[in-house]
Amino acid sequence: MRHGKYPFIIGFLAVPVALYATFVVAAYIQTFQLSVASWSGFGPIKYVGFDNFVKLWNDDLFWKSLRHNGYLLLLLPIVTIALGLLFAFLLNVGGGSKGGMTRGVWGSKFYRVIFFFPQLMALAIVAVIFGRVFASDKSGMINGLLPDSWAPWLFLADERWALTCILVVLVWQAVGFYVVLFSAGMGSIEHEIYEAAALDGATRVTLFFRITLPLLWGTIQTAWVYLGIAAFDAFALINIMTVDRGGPDGATSVLAMMIYRNTFEYSQVGYASALGVVLFFLTLTFAALTLRVTRRDAV
Amino acid sequence: MTTLTAAVSEKKSQKKVETHRQVRAFNGLAHVALVFWALVTAGPLIWVLLASFKSNTEIFLGEPFALPDSFSLETYFSAWNQAHIGRYFLNSVFVVAVSTAGTMLFGSMAAYVLARYTFPGNRVLYFLFVSGLAFPTFMALAPLFHILKNLGLLNSYIGLILVYIAYSLPFTVFFLAAFFRTLPHEIDEAATVDGASHTRKFFQIMMPMAKSGLVSITIFNIVGQWNQYLLPLVIMQGQGADQKWVLTQGIANISTQAGYHAEWSTLFAALTLSILPMIVVYAIFQRQIQAGLTAGAVK
Repeated sequence: MRHGKYPFIIGFLAVPVALYATFVVAAYIQTFQLSVASWSGFGPIKYVGFDNFVKLWNDDLFWKSLRHNGYLLLLLPIVTIALGLLFAFLLNVGGGSKGGMTRGVWGSKFYRVIFFFPQLMALAIVAVIFGRVFASDKSGMINGLLPDSWAPWLFLADERWALTCILVVLVWQAVGFYVVLFSAGMGSIEHEIYEAAALDGATRVTLFFRITLPLLWGTIQTAWVYLGIAAFDAFALINIMTVDRGGPDGATSVLAMMIYRNTFEYSQVGYASALGVVLFFLTLTFAALTLRVTRRDAV
Repeated sequence: MTTLTAAVSEKKSQKKVETHRQVRAFNGLAHVALVFWALVTAGPLIWVLLASFKSNTEIFLGEPFALPDSFSLETYFSAWNQAHIGRYFLNSVFVVAVSTAGTMLFGSMAAYVLARYTFPGNRVLYFLFVSGLAFPTFMALAPLFHILKNLGLLNSYIGLILVYIAYSLPFTVFFLAAFFRTLPHEIDEAATVDGASHTRKFFQIMMPMAKSGLVSITIFNIVGQWNQYLLPLVIMQGQGADQKWVLTQGIANISTQAGYHAEWSTLFAALTLSILPMIVVYAIFQRQIQAGLTAGAVK
């Protein structure tokens, strides 16, 4: 039939497949292989069965890190989506109706530009900025704003608050993206639906819960998955912002941080790989669960 | 009858006034919420800009939004020269330029072949690429490091660039395959009848037709690769690595150094230098950037 189809296909796929196979697929496969081995990164690999996983099971830091992952996994999407929906709704429908048309508030374009900007910044740079914002003396932005008579807040140095500070920064960065995303979704909802409901005397709150929310369900589901995956590695923030990288006293440690330190600081490549395998199954479970739980009939 | 109409219309107008008042109150609250978030978003950035002109003493006085005593560019010179922000910036530009170009070339080649040609193994390859979307880079960190070490690509731009390309392929292939599938088959066939080769068809007909998709995904990859922190941290280590660091690494390092030398203002100048170009680019292309970054999330 077509002349030279296979040489063309092979020619076009060779480089991308080779790169992907070498650096991504091979690395993922080796993680499974190394998870049942004891290896420092040098010399021969010694296979030890499930020892690494037994060690994990008995490692307090692992359970602590897992709890922290869970905390971020639950709260990051909830807070970000709630704020994103609120602001998107205010921007798109909050401006009252003129001539029967619901509109966004005045200046909505401006807000959208400002809110979105943090999304463009590298998380590493955001981390450096907020490391200073949360500084525990007067040089920090927040402590500098507090009255002089107050004792400075410790923020990142306080075990009770350190992880919440991380959450706050993740939310700060993410909200704008979801405002724009939900705005796009709301823009595609027909105005007639809002008008009809408004004529029937629906308040804005009713409009939001009865019309906007159900019609946006698909987008919200996507947002949840995205944020869930973002929550799995808050690594840059924790590595740069926190005391002792994951501290104080493990209060901000997450699985990603444990993998990094075991690989590059403690030379426990096998143990790190076992953690990687756990992370693999957690991500998989999370994605499957999210798709299942949030499945709804299309409106 | 007339009294009834009068009563109804009176009730109607009363309701109108009430709704009007409700709308005004809502509108007011909406603005308060939006202004609040705009301040939360812009506040830390303005604070960084102000602090970049301040002396250490001023920073520690605890008046975050007070204007600096005097404006001088000295901190900026030291950030550029002594802290090497200029070099890190150029390193980032170089790495991102080459790797985004590579990602787009190889990604679109693979996506095109997978989307428009039937051959044995097509589905398997497609799913292999797309499955890379679901898993965090973290889990494969240790093996990735050793693969690079074995290939002699540690601490080299080539290594970093190849890894950037490989890890950008899943989303690029996923997004562009969907895009290439929607392009009309008639033009494809007409070109074949006219005797165009497969390669020529791809570069001269399909690429231009897919332009809007290519622009979105290019922006997505530029922003993503510019903001990378984990991969350079893993790859750019060893002797003389600090010469080859990218911006995120460089800034993170300055923030640690600043703590030892108490040179916070240099850090703030470095941060400002890294943020300003983004603000300028964003101001010019904000529409395209917002569309490009959110394109992946809305189907």
